[in-house]
Amino acid sequence: MSTHAQVGPSDRHRSPLMTTAGYAAMAFVVLIIAVPLLWIVVTSFKERQDIYVRPAQWIPNPATTDNYSTVVTTIPFPAYFRNSLIITAALSTAKIVLGVLSAYALSLLRFPGRSIVFLIVISALMVPNQITVISNYALVSQLGWRNTYQGIVIPLAGVAFGTFLMRNQFLSLPTEIIEAARLDGAGPMKLLWRVVMPMSWPTLVAFSLITVVNEWNEYLWPFLMSDNEATAPLQVGLTILQNNEGGTNWGPVMAGTVLTVLPILILFLMLQRQMIKGLTAGAVKG
Amino acid sequence: MLLLPNLALLTTFVYRPLIDNIRLSFTDWNISSPTANVIGTANYVEWFGREDTRQILTNTLVFTFVTVMVSMAIGLGLALLLDQKLRGRNMVRSLVFAPFVVSGAAIGVAFQFVFDPSFGLIRDVMARFGAQSPDFYQQPGWALFMVTVTYIWKNLGYTFVIYLAALQGRRIDLDEAAEIDGATPWTHFRKVLLPQLRPTTFFLSITVLLNSVQVFDIIYAMTRGGPLGTGTTTLVFQVYQETFINYRAGYGATVATIMFLILLTITFIQVRVMDKGTKT
Repeated sequence: MSTHAQVGPSDRHRSPLMTTAGYAAMAFVVLIIAVPLLWIVVTSFKERQDIYVRPAQWIPNPATTDNYSTVVTTIPFPAYFRNSLIITAALSTAKIVLGVLSAYALSLLRFPGRSIVFLIVISALMVPNQITVISNYALVSQLGWRNTYQGIVIPLAGVAFGTFLMRNQFLSLPTEIIEAARLDGAGPMKLLWRVVMPMSWPTLVAFSLITVVNEWNEYLWPFLMSDNEATAPLQVGLTILQNNEGGTNWGPVMAGTVLTVLPILILFLMLQRQMIKGLTAGAVKG
Repeated sequence: MLLLPNLALLTTFVYRPLIDNIRLSFTDWNISSPTANVIGTANYVEWFGREDTRQILTNTLVFTFVTVMVSMAIGLGLALLLDQKLRGRNMVRSLVFAPFVVSGAAIGVAFQFVFDPSFGLIRDVMARFGAQSPDFYQQPGWALFMVTVTYIWKNLGYTFVIYLAALQGRRIDLDEAAEIDGATPWTHFRKVLLPQLRPTTFFLSITVLLNSVQVFDIIYAMTRGGPLGTGTTTLVFQVYQETFINYRAGYGATVATIMFLILLTITFIQVRVMDKGTKT
């Protein structure tokens, strides 16, 4: 063992071998993640006959945006996009409002049976969507809600995880401040708006971001609920497109994939810190 | 009451169907007719006796187990290697995490082409090394491989980011003590790092497992449960297939109920094992 200088926590001593291994590992994962992404983007700019050649072209020659115009004009992609926006916005708003209110009631308000209610809310996390779809499908069909926005949104609007996340946040707030506000005569809603929420923005942002990502990406339920472009979101539209064109005409399918994924990737690039915080929440406390 | 709307939604769309699902599993309901006959445990008897049950269980098990083990092992390995001062590390971290925020449907659609045995990325790379691409579309084993690899690709960033955060929050004094004792890297890893990572490992094993058992979008987008009928059909996919394609909602409900019981049991065992582990 060699002797070496004192090391701080941020730059732990590592041998040159470890550093090399670290860079090698980085290069390797970059390849694994980036090459398929590049492949998809490159294909989306190829002319049809250039996709079906061996060996494959790695630079589209000539590059064309035809696939994108095909997707936007001949397939109702704009309609799918609109549906995705509406569904994601409605569901996220509902979930954020319900999550905050539930968490607030379950952390800072006192009422009989509070711990039982908390258990009921939190146990919903243990029940996967996939198990409830059959009965929910029957109920929503009976209501005549197939191919409607409310049929997609309402059954998904209950919040378990968000309640849990926000409740932890509210419980971590200093009790003195909350008690002081109460003594000043703040009512429950005023307390929430003026005192609790201003101290909880970072967690709310993280919660909102995971909700938007999850709802944008939601597949099974909207897929069962919508048959056509009247209500189907992008994810469902994409597999409809794949059904029609996949295999024989990959160009527009890849262009459709890029368009489906792009909004969420842009959001991720802008807000990755908060997003990673939200999506990995629950792990940190161990 | 602030809680009422949320409670009403959870009761109506989570707990009611959970129970209703059990009732349906004892019927021959066909999803569209207003009535159904109670047929007792016939669906369960059928499930245990049916030939495809074994394959579907194996598919589910392989897909889930391989996903959990591989994504956790690579995530941990990567986190260990990147837990040092390296240029561009944060960029790599973002890149690896990016697939996790992308929908399974989009990744499934895109990777169907990546694995295309005639004109896909894998075929092209293999051909450049003089190798021949397996037929990912037609051979059940390779199709399951394709679906599993794709899901691991999507999830890798999640396990990696969580392990990296856990490593960076560890106790430095223990590292120093181990170094003074002259511990080899391997004993250092086993005796110092792994025990500290235990809560993280436990958390990940549960979340990754629960997530991967529920995968529908990637399988639907890539294989529709095939090839050869049930090549990549998992329990979740069978629920969909029986209920909405074969119009046997009663049987679908049976599979869903069995799946729920399996999930409950596994989670229960995991929690028990972890409890024991932390006490000793």
